[in-house]
Amino acid sequence: MQNKKSKNFFKKHWMDILIILVVVVLLAVLAVNIGVRFKFGKKWAIFSNYFFKNNGYKKLLTGIQNTCIIAIGGLLIGTVIGTLIAIVKVIPAYKKIVRYAQAVCNIYVAFFRGTPIVVQLLLGYYILLPLMGVSLPEVTSCVLIFGLNSGAYISEIMRGGINSVDPGQLEAARAVGLPFSTSMIKVVIPQAIKNILPTMGNEFIALIKETAIVGYVGAVDITKAFQDQGSNSYEYMIPYLVMALLYIVIVAAIASLVKLMERRLARSERHS
Amino acid sequence: MNGTANQPLLEVKGLCKSFGDLEVLKSIDQNIYKGEKVAVIGPSGSGKSTFLRCLNCMEDPTGGSIFFGGEDLADMKVDINKHRENIGMVFQQFNLFNNKNVIENIMLAPVHLRIKKAGGLFAPAAVKKQIRAEEKEKALALLRRIGLEEKANVYPSTLSGGQKQRIAIVRALAMNPQVMLFDEPTSALDPEMVGEVLDLIKELANEGMTMVIVTHEMGFAREVADRVLFMDGGIIAEDAPPAELFGNPQNPRTKEFLSKVL
Repeated sequence: MQNKKSKNFFKKHWMDILIILVVVVLLAVLAVNIGVRFKFGKKWAIFSNYFFKNNGYKKLLTGIQNTCIIAIGGLLIGTVIGTLIAIVKVIPAYKKIVRYAQAVCNIYVAFFRGTPIVVQLLLGYYILLPLMGVSLPEVTSCVLIFGLNSGAYISEIMRGGINSVDPGQLEAARAVGLPFSTSMIKVVIPQAIKNILPTMGNEFIALIKETAIVGYVGAVDITKAFQDQGSNSYEYMIPYLVMALLYIVIVAAIASLVKLMERRLARSERHS
Repeated sequence: MNGTANQPLLEVKGLCKSFGDLEVLKSIDQNIYKGEKVAVIGPSGSGKSTFLRCLNCMEDPTGGSIFFGGEDLADMKVDINKHRENIGMVFQQFNLFNNKNVIENIMLAPVHLRIKKAGGLFAPAAVKKQIRAEEKEKALALLRRIGLEEKANVYPSTLSGGQKQRIAIVRALAMNPQVMLFDEPTSALDPEMVGEVLDLIKELANEGMTMVIVTHEMGFAREVADRVLFMDGGIIAEDAPPAELFGNPQNPRTKEFLSKVL
């Protein structure tokens, strides 16, 4: 059983494994080349000296932790905001208040999709939060701003997901007397989420990579940790290479996790 | 058509429905009495499905009124959800909830509405549990009735069309509706499955359920209905008992339609 399972794993993932192998080999070739040309040994000594003996690894651990907190927190806040916006956008606009809410949502989405995330971060952290008299730690502010930002994107993803659910599902729920909100929560949204899960995985991966800019407001993430290491030891090559590799590993891990979840969900519907 | 002076269950007055410039229903008047079985026939595009869907405000009427339970459903201020509990609807495409298994499909609405009446989220856990257990029992009894008890825990995607439609019918029955609306319940079925669904509807009819059925099954309409409405061009062109309407149609358009389908 176990053996069969692992065989299946290779059968299903041979493409992924192949790609990872090719990347690793390419990087290895590159590394050897560079190593010879750029006195790799000496540079590695500087890197490892700083990384292991001068607590560089501790900073990196903080960085990984913060990157994860910002990306996951951002995704959670973004999912809540995005779902709410998507629901507001699909409510039939009989009442004036719905139309106003839809206008507000449109402005929100236009702002967060129309400006770079760096601009939002700078504006939020240095201007808006102080103006409102709120002082939050860097990481918390980043979680908030990334959440607001991804909310705008997720609202569009979610709207697409809701529209992809057969309208008959909502009709059937309304026909048995369930109110609009319950029908959405119990019937439409769960099906929409299943449809958009791959896209949400992509959104999460994009978020992980976008967090690389939080150094702008002084938060320590993976990028900032390696940057600091470079500027402290005057040696950039190895920290930056390791940094890129680390991102690839994290993203690949998330991608395979999303795939797993997708398969689980698909199975639950095929069989009892 | 019972000939009695009792109050109609559904009283439709001057019902109009337009989609943009397209006028689908042109002022329809109709009374449906308790226990009556009304079949609605007519060519496609005649407005018969729209008429049916207006009866529980699945489509909002653009004019006229529909009196049910002492209130006008066409009035936007009326709590339509409360009335929909009493008006069951069965769709052409079954529309079972894909994310719920069969028994959850049947239980969802009654459990939700009963818990809501018991206090919603703040209802005591014991009460919620009790409601769920009772509704589960009821749902199983309904499934037993249609002989699909062993399918209680499977998802709709594994069922045949006929099974789906029978489950959709008992899902509507779980709310104990006063009237059932059938929107072409057998049109999306493979021919060999039409019989099982029609048999179930006939059973309900014999039990005295009030029903309005939009159908293309003329034989079924003739057998089950107390009254047949022939719709054409957004009006009820003819309204008569089946023997009369099928045997001796008065309206030339009815004659033409029947000559094509019979």
